[in-house]
Amino acid sequence: MPEHYDAIVIGAGHNGLVNAAYLARAGKKVLVLERRHVIGGATVTEEVLPGFKFSVFSYVVSLLRPEIVRDLNLPQHGLTILPLESTLTPLPGGDHLYRDEDHFRTMRDIARFSPRDADAYEDYSRTMYFMAKAVKIIMDIVPPDPTSLHPVELRKLARLAKHFLGLPEDQFYTLVRLMTMSSADFLERWFESEPLKGTLCASGVIGTYLGPRSPGTAYVLLHHYMGEIDGAYRAWGFAKGGTGGIARAIARAAQSFGAEIRTEAPVSSVIVRGGKAAGVALENGDEIGASLVVSSLDPKQTFLKLVDPQLLPDELLADVRKYNIRGSSGKVNLALAAAPEFACMPGVGPHLRGAISISPSVDYIERAFDDAKYGDFSRHPYIDIVIPSMIDPDMAPPGRHVMSCFVQYAPYQLRSGDWEGQREAFGDCVVDTLAEYIPNLKDIILHRQVLTPWDMEQVVGLSQGNIFHGELSLSQLFFLRPAPGYAGYRTPVPNYYQCGSGTHPGGGISGAPGRLAALEIIKRRR
Amino acid sequence: MSIIRSMPIPTPFYARTSPLNKSHEWRNWSGYLAAGIYEPIHDREYYAIRNSAALIDVSPLFKYEISGPDAEKLVNRIFPRDMTKCQLGQLLYSPWCDDDGYVIDDGTIARLASDRFRITAADPNLAWFQDCGYAMEVAIDDVTTSLAALAVQGPNSREILRQVLSEIDLDALRYYRLARGKLGAHQLTVTRSGYTGDLGYELWIEPEHAGLLWDRLMQTGAAYGILPAGIIPLDIARIEAGLLLIEVDYISSRKALTKDQKSNPYDIGLGWTVDFNKGSFIGRKALFGIMQKGPQWQLVGLQLDWNSLEALFTAEDLAPQVAGRASRSALPVYKNGRQIGQATSHTFSPVLKNYIAIATIETPYARKGSAVQIEFTVEYVRRKAAATIVKLPFFDPPRKRA
Repeated sequence: MPEHYDAIVIGAGHNGLVNAAYLARAGKKVLVLERRHVIGGATVTEEVLPGFKFSVFSYVVSLLRPEIVRDLNLPQHGLTILPLESTLTPLPGGDHLYRDEDHFRTMRDIARFSPRDADAYEDYSRTMYFMAKAVKIIMDIVPPDPTSLHPVELRKLARLAKHFLGLPEDQFYTLVRLMTMSSADFLERWFESEPLKGTLCASGVIGTYLGPRSPGTAYVLLHHYMGEIDGAYRAWGFAKGGTGGIARAIARAAQSFGAEIRTEAPVSSVIVRGGKAAGVALENGDEIGASLVVSSLDPKQTFLKLVDPQLLPDELLADVRKYNIRGSSGKVNLALAAAPEFACMPGVGPHLRGAISISPSVDYIERAFDDAKYGDFSRHPYIDIVIPSMIDPDMAPPGRHVMSCFVQYAPYQLRSGDWEGQREAFGDCVVDTLAEYIPNLKDIILHRQVLTPWDMEQVVGLSQGNIFHGELSLSQLFFLRPAPGYAGYRTPVPNYYQCGSGTHPGGGISGAPGRLAALEIIKRRR
Repeated sequence: MSIIRSMPIPTPFYARTSPLNKSHEWRNWSGYLAAGIYEPIHDREYYAIRNSAALIDVSPLFKYEISGPDAEKLVNRIFPRDMTKCQLGQLLYSPWCDDDGYVIDDGTIARLASDRFRITAADPNLAWFQDCGYAMEVAIDDVTTSLAALAVQGPNSREILRQVLSEIDLDALRYYRLARGKLGAHQLTVTRSGYTGDLGYELWIEPEHAGLLWDRLMQTGAAYGILPAGIIPLDIARIEAGLLLIEVDYISSRKALTKDQKSNPYDIGLGWTVDFNKGSFIGRKALFGIMQKGPQWQLVGLQLDWNSLEALFTAEDLAPQVAGRASRSALPVYKNGRQIGQATSHTFSPVLKNYIAIATIETPYARKGSAVQIEFTVEYVRRKAAATIVKLPFFDPPRKRA
């Protein structure tokens, strides 16, 4: 092997790039290998039609850890987060619920459905602020193993215990509820009006193969609340240039520290010599040596594909094989000849610069899940829309638009047929649903890109198309992510590490797994 | 082009207040457009409150009605004051607390009928009142938008109202009482209350008659020096009157982010509203404990030693210059170099010709007459001016109750 690096990172998704940047910053000679011709993984912007830039997969940002932004000087490397300040919930029949940064205006709009809910809205926001603050500590640490008697682990456990037991009583109880309840039940504690509950509970099911009434989804609500922008919790933003802008900024930061990034370099396996990782073999047969190898791919690929599963302890093998990574969502990206006109709010306005959520009620989303439970895509799906060109005009030619539609549910395993055959029917169903709220939609579509979970697996390698590299259920979080004993970013193979969203603290463009893995690697190898 | 209604929104008096607002200074008061000040300088508006009469649009106040067989039971449960003593046609001022005895909000409660009360609040409280009234036979209604509210404050306010309203005996209307009256053919409620500590009234009328009420008061009041006043001059008057402002002088327990940010009624000078003889109410147990232990804080007035303040400026070769407007940014208060509290609202008082502050001070240092120091920034440098702890209110003219 003529080539040799201190570290090879497999996959140039945001976590791989963050990991590489931190390792390079620590003085290591780092190589990032990306299978595709573009970097970013699911954090990618592509010009699918000339002049029209799609945030093909992930589309908004909130969870990106502020310490990563600072440590890697991301603004200096081109990161710009534009505000995404409102949420419009169009309703069947032409009504709407509109929430934005204007507190009292938002309250008045909620009060049209329930004066009581308007009042409770602030209490809810405050509770979630406390909850986000309470769990923030776990976002920034390598999970300790509660069964370990190692003094370092015990110290960490003691610190966590002290933190959580030190919470005010009511916050502690709420946290336990949040960890156990369904998002719908949790929200019922504050709210009674459907459009508000429907839209809020949608955050509890995004990316999961669960319905709003499934226990455990309340935690996912919190996961989406933990994003911080400029110190404010729950702020959502849109990266200039699309989410690919984030990957590009991280890549530039990594390169500024000396990391090398190679695209169209698919890795076929991790080379193991004498029981230790010693480099990677590419699909073209090349071999590259490295003192350590980090996989940013999901646990299925990290453990079952890149290395010989025979190298794994039986228990880990069983855990990873049963690791829940069912994909549940699809994406429809549209190039539009003009601005979409919402029946509930015609014309161009600030509502088009925020999120638009097709989530009129809890029942609506639960029904969407009912279809998926038995292997069909939802006939009336939950759709989370943003119109990036309204926020960043450079995303489309002047006067034209791109519209990003995250669609749920679209189960990876279809009851009948396959996604190749069902893709366009799924796209039609989404457009038909949207057209109920956007009457001019069908007349202005120039191009339609439909991505099913199967496509996500094919294109960016997300196993089963799961956007979070595995379900964000309590059974797969913290010291259980991805498997007991392996939440500390290491693997049973010495010199082989993991840093993807399948590790703590999970999915979303947080970069936290990539960073925590790098810090752990640097610490272990000092 | 946009269909989203820009915020804040007008009050029922906006059609009248808007052309009068020469300064174009508007404030967002609970999501409503409230005139900050009508003229470029606040002096005339302020003196209208103290010397003639001022019209202040207070429609953004949150207003709730609690009615039904259990109405008295519920208000007596919500408020630490004994609401059974609130007679028909009477108003009581009270804070209300959570179970831990921390203040949620403060406002007035008027008994409109034996089984009907109207509450004013600074913040939305509908969900809280509803929760308090769980399983009681009551109706709790948010009447915020179905009532326009206009304060007529100042020494001439009674004379003006006498000429504008009919079927009401204003001479018999005592302080903190209410009466029904008529504006032409239209019913309205008059309460003798206000946020100025002066002789004054608040008028409660259906929004569609708001314009007429305003016009009649302005026409008749012209001969009595009536002026519209914004909330900037009002802020000076309320500090002189020693009246609290939520989120400024104390933080609602619903909004506080830490325990230290919360206050019990004793901390903010409202211990007198807590009545342990009336049976159970929300926060009773906690408040009883606090009462026995003694509160950590006291709400006091601070009167600055003008000579000491002037000296800070003289040292910089400047004449003393203090902002004419009230300030809501808190200033640290010291005793022997140690911080003992904070002045949360402070202003130059045009009637008292002195700089005054509402302050929260640690109980051991809160003795009346005690000398303290207050931080004052002169020429970008933080300095200290001498001040004396005094009793609130600073200004309490006999006409307020006469």
